[in-house]
Amino acid sequence: MITSRTTLDRNDEMCQTLVSLIWCYVAFLTSLQIKIKFHVINSKSSVLRNDDLKEMLESSKESLKLEAMKRIVGLIAKGKNASELFPAVVKNVASKNIELKKLVYVYLVRYAEEQQDLALLSISTFQRALKDPNQFIRASALRVLSSIRVPIIVPIMMLAIKEAAADLSPYVRKTSAHAIQKLYSLDPEQKEQLIEVIEKLLKDKSTLVAGSVVMAFEEVCPDRIDLIHKNYRKLCNLLVDVEEWGQVVIISMLTRYARTQFISPWKEDAVFDGNNEKTFYESDSEEKKDQTENKPYIMDPDHRLLLRNTKPLLQSRNTAVVMSVAQLYWHLAPKHEVSIVTKSLVRLLRSHREVQYIVLQNIATMSIQRKGMFEPFMKSFYVRSTDATHIKTLKLEILTNLANEANISTILREFQTYVKSQDKAFAAATIQAIGRCATNISEVTDTCLNGLVLLLSNRDETVVAESVVVIKKLLQTQPTQHSEIIKHMAKLFDNITVPMARASILWLMGEYCERVPKIAPDVLRKMAKTFTAEEDIVKLQTVNLAAKLYLINSKQTKLLTQYILNLGKYDQNYDIRDRTRFIRQLIVPNEKSGALNKYARRILLAPKPAPVLESSFKDRDRYQLGTLSHSLNIKASGYQELCDWPAVAPDQSVRNVEVIDPVKEWAPSVGKAKQPKSDKFYSDDEDEKEDEGSESSGSEGSGSSSSSEGLCQAVCGKDLVSCPHIGPLRDASPRSDNQRVYFISTQLLQKIKSRLIKSTLPSRVSCLVQVTTPSFGPVKTYELLHHMTGKGLSAKYHFPRQPCLYQPSMVAVQVILTNSSDHSLEEIHIGDRNPASLNIHCFNTIERLEPEASVTVSMGVDFSDSTQAANFQLCTNTDQFSVSIQPAVGELLMPSTMAEQDFIKEQGKLQGMNETSQTVTMATANTSSQAISKQVLSVANVGVVSSSQSNFHRFAGRTVSSGALVLVTLEMKESSSAQLTINTEKSVMASMLLRDLKQALAQV
Amino acid sequence: MIHSLFLINQSGDIFLEKHWKSVIGRSVCDYFFEAKEKAVDPENVAPVLQTPHHYLISILRGKLFFLSVIQTEVPPLFVIEFLHRVADTFQDYFGDCSEGVIKDNLVTVYELLEEMLDNGFPLATESNVLKEMIRPPTILRSVVNTLTGGSNVGDTLPTGQLSNIPWRRAGVKYTNNEAYFDVIEEIDAILDKSGTTVCAEIQGVIEACVRLTGMPDLTLSFMNPRLLDDVSFHPCVRFKRWESERVLSFIPPDGNFTLMTYHVSSQNLVAIPVYVKQNISFFETGPCGRLDITIGPKQTMGKTVEGLMVTIHMPKAVLSANLTATQGNYSYDLATKVLVWDIGKLNPQKLPNLRGSLSMQAGVPRPEENPSLNIELKIQQLAISGLKVSRLDMYGEKYKPFKGVKYVTKAGKFQVRT
Repeated sequence: MITSRTTLDRNDEMCQTLVSLIWCYVAFLTSLQIKIKFHVINSKSSVLRNDDLKEMLESSKESLKLEAMKRIVGLIAKGKNASELFPAVVKNVASKNIELKKLVYVYLVRYAEEQQDLALLSISTFQRALKDPNQFIRASALRVLSSIRVPIIVPIMMLAIKEAAADLSPYVRKTSAHAIQKLYSLDPEQKEQLIEVIEKLLKDKSTLVAGSVVMAFEEVCPDRIDLIHKNYRKLCNLLVDVEEWGQVVIISMLTRYARTQFISPWKEDAVFDGNNEKTFYESDSEEKKDQTENKPYIMDPDHRLLLRNTKPLLQSRNTAVVMSVAQLYWHLAPKHEVSIVTKSLVRLLRSHREVQYIVLQNIATMSIQRKGMFEPFMKSFYVRSTDATHIKTLKLEILTNLANEANISTILREFQTYVKSQDKAFAAATIQAIGRCATNISEVTDTCLNGLVLLLSNRDETVVAESVVVIKKLLQTQPTQHSEIIKHMAKLFDNITVPMARASILWLMGEYCERVPKIAPDVLRKMAKTFTAEEDIVKLQTVNLAAKLYLINSKQTKLLTQYILNLGKYDQNYDIRDRTRFIRQLIVPNEKSGALNKYARRILLAPKPAPVLESSFKDRDRYQLGTLSHSLNIKASGYQELCDWPAVAPDQSVRNVEVIDPVKEWAPSVGKAKQPKSDKFYSDDEDEKEDEGSESSGSEGSGSSSSSEGLCQAVCGKDLVSCPHIGPLRDASPRSDNQRVYFISTQLLQKIKSRLIKSTLPSRVSCLVQVTTPSFGPVKTYELLHHMTGKGLSAKYHFPRQPCLYQPSMVAVQVILTNSSDHSLEEIHIGDRNPASLNIHCFNTIERLEPEASVTVSMGVDFSDSTQAANFQLCTNTDQFSVSIQPAVGELLMPSTMAEQDFIKEQGKLQGMNETSQTVTMATANTSSQAISKQVLSVANVGVVSSSQSNFHRFAGRTVSSGALVLVTLEMKESSSAQLTINTEKSVMASMLLRDLKQALAQV
Repeated sequence: MIHSLFLINQSGDIFLEKHWKSVIGRSVCDYFFEAKEKAVDPENVAPVLQTPHHYLISILRGKLFFLSVIQTEVPPLFVIEFLHRVADTFQDYFGDCSEGVIKDNLVTVYELLEEMLDNGFPLATESNVLKEMIRPPTILRSVVNTLTGGSNVGDTLPTGQLSNIPWRRAGVKYTNNEAYFDVIEEIDAILDKSGTTVCAEIQGVIEACVRLTGMPDLTLSFMNPRLLDDVSFHPCVRFKRWESERVLSFIPPDGNFTLMTYHVSSQNLVAIPVYVKQNISFFETGPCGRLDITIGPKQTMGKTVEGLMVTIHMPKAVLSANLTATQGNYSYDLATKVLVWDIGKLNPQKLPNLRGSLSMQAGVPRPEENPSLNIELKIQQLAISGLKVSRLDMYGEKYKPFKGVKYVTKAGKFQVRT
């Protein structure tokens, strides 16, 4: 270009003649050529740049490749096309560098749809990765594989999903739930097969999976409500522990479910008591009693379960969760319980602007039906000048909905401030709101009218105009008494310039001209003067006024009317010309005008219905609250209608969980892998039941008593001590008191178990190893205090082998205190301890123990992985007894589940110093694998590791305090000797454990 | 659920796009721009919009719009909450959530977005989990990375995601173990012309900074938990314990987090720390007005009020302000019509005063409404509700941590109507 310009310049200097003009033309052509060349070079350079990236990708240096990928991702992020690099990028899909690999995945997912054939090159890499021992690699391979939207690989995806759905790792199963949705959107034909997978995954007990699979359910088959029945109670119970996003999805699904399965808790003749705040602190039991006393309606226990389990989520930090619980209560709870959500919703108003917007919309809908719910929080809806306009309008809407006789004066005072707002749109909305209050509450109609009339002298036009319009509407509702106001408005007429307002006044004049017989003609006279200068809408109303007056008072207004009609006849606007022509024919009788003339009066002066002033949120409740449809007030695509309550409740028993599906792979790894083995020291026919019992109570979570009828029978016939995983005790056969206490506390332990188990997981060990539910051998009880030394107080203790409730590093100890004296003992508690640093969680002071009574209490002791005795004082109000708890080394452990290969891997890490080994001679009775398990478990609280070799028996556990692994291997040799090996960092423990085990195995 | 995300700056340029399902063209944003045009003020854009084929849900953070494209029914709060989480994550990673910072860290941002959503459904949103997978950039690391070719993607796998406590990262180690809690209370109030309280309430939040080794289990208890009327918790807090014993028992995430927010019941009288005497008037005759503001202490519980600042959104007609302040500085922004008076510490002996004249545009009618005053203030070492932390206990670990609690009271949405 520069060269061209210089040529041009030179030419300019030279030329005065035609020749030079030709030169110019030539030069122009050259410059064009140069330009074109330049362009070519330019586009080449972009190709070059990509070539550059290609080169970098193909280089052998990892860092260059990474740099190239980063730049490519940058291109994608900016929305630029980088698809031509596909072949070069896809080669790196198997890279060892994690970041590089991830970036390649990003690229692949973005462009695979466009480059289907090339994308297939990467598939084998993912298929290989799907078999990787590491769960994260399996999961991420599935994630990317399912994100590649290439129809050819649908069968591969289907296979991968099915396999992943049966994976041992809950994380992989979660990923497979996500993949279901992706495959469904890629190929809806697969629906039936996918539903099968969903059905399987719904049975999953892991909190990780629950949210994702319900999401898949909602996307693929939201109408298959029958799949939920069996999982309903489990989902309710898991809900608190599911991650936040999953909670939202599950809650909204359960809302729909409940609407189809339970009967309405809303009594037909229910009179809603708006200020019923009492229920907020009422416990559930009280509520239940209330219901049974007052109402013939009895809530389905499952219905109650849902309401009870969602309530704590109102305290979530996630606004979406709070909103979803609120809508659940709104749609499902008995009317008097709904108000518990109020506070939480009001709390959300402190959050971001967008959150406020949605929450206010929902409150607006709620407040129409239920003023009482939000009335105590009225002040939270006061408008601040800094709010965004749409927030202000919503708050105004709510305040108007909340207005009643009692608070109207406060609200109107508040409105007075708003009317003066600088935000004119908002001021206008306020005037509308005042109008609504005036019509709704007859006591204040006059006050409002007066207030609005005052506003007519406002300087701001929009305010005045809006007031006139609202006054017009108000007067229409009760026109009889208000000729004064009409007169006043007529007086203001000259000062009002907003066309809409002028038109409104003219209309009012015409409509009620009989009430202001003197003023109306005068106004018409003024209008005749200014007619040509008015806006169209004012002209139309002037014509209207003229016509009406002509009919009533033709004497005074005949000439005026004719004048105006003549003006109208030649108006520029054809609407007005039209109207004039029509009116003239209608009112002025002449020979041509037909039958209509007779009816002119009836047509023009017909009584008109008053406009209804109501909330724009009036009909929003046809949509489920909290949904997109509700927010937009239109049915969004994919919106699931919330159906009405059924008149008769469908069969309740469909939700009963009978025998759990025996397919083992579906159970979560926690507790499950070990179960079949450890059960072997119960008699065989009990195995199945035990299994079932523990399963169900594991899924119980918050211990609802309603969900396990089936389980109850399974448990009742059994030896009580051998079954710690117990559900409800409602119709249990006679038991002594202390057993009952013991049972309840184990139940308690169970509830908190899952959380604690996880928290004890030491971080440095591979996550594949998980602590299992405690194995349960026969309980050995030790004496703590003899009743002779304890002056009548005796104490025994045993180790329940449960994770300690108070602190994960503590060993749980249960103490049974019995009063064998003849007087009651008071204030039994724990006093000084020795060593002083000893960390004991004491039981709560027992106020009073009657003679012959006994009580079981649980305490936690942190032994710090040593067998040193815990000495402390057991005190009553009169005496102190020194006692000590001496733990057996085996009780300082917790069982842990791991696969055989993990066991061997971990064992490999604990060689040398960390290994203790000895040959033991075993009693002949103990050589069966069942007997071995029994003996080992009686000594130590460890978990059985399933073994593929029959002569190896493996047990795994970890120490309670520090979480160090303890691995026990028993290798059977010929005859009755065996090699006993213990691998652990805690060598002292190892030798003690070895001694104990040796002893146990030797005895019959 | 969430189909695509667009980041849009103030001038309406899309500077980042990410699609979790098939690609949606940028043209979908035009509907948003249209709405933005109509709304004039970016704040007034409705968060939920409808277009012929999609739904747009947007949030405004700082000066950026996060615009998500939705195709089917989804709770709008779900999306809004998630978008705010994304913005929070950026803030957490880069210290700021602005266009420049996002552009500088484009790759990290993309990696984060990739991990946070799978097929439009939130996957990992816990900062602790994300930080295990993608390390936040630091100057030192970026230097080292360029030298060694290292990466900021963690090579360890996030164990937190698998456990029941996904908010805590595994293997935390510190030489100095410390746990700090900031109790921050904000007074939201509206005072009317005469200084009477129209409405007032206290919103509190406990921000924690916990750097403890291992898996500590903390218990925080209050002297007067009854004060708390409505609470919301970080997922780590055990709700059952709170219900039964009114203590906060939790295994904390590593680093900074919001432990709880609370609301002090409106039944309690709220102490208003300052009073404002103001007189703003616009004269009927002549294009000018007068302004006179004095601020004094009211109920400060014997503490000093700091960081006092008054912001006034003047009517459009006010052209300039000619004022004198006895303390602090004032500034008047002609474009936005905002008058800011930065006072600083409140001296009870010599009350700060701002007075002078306002000059108005000639020919424009006198503004109907007097502007309201927004007040900011800060009182150190005081929780105005009287809430007190009684003790913090740690279980599960052996060492003795360093513990600290700090109280601050601030003005939240504190407005004086005139």
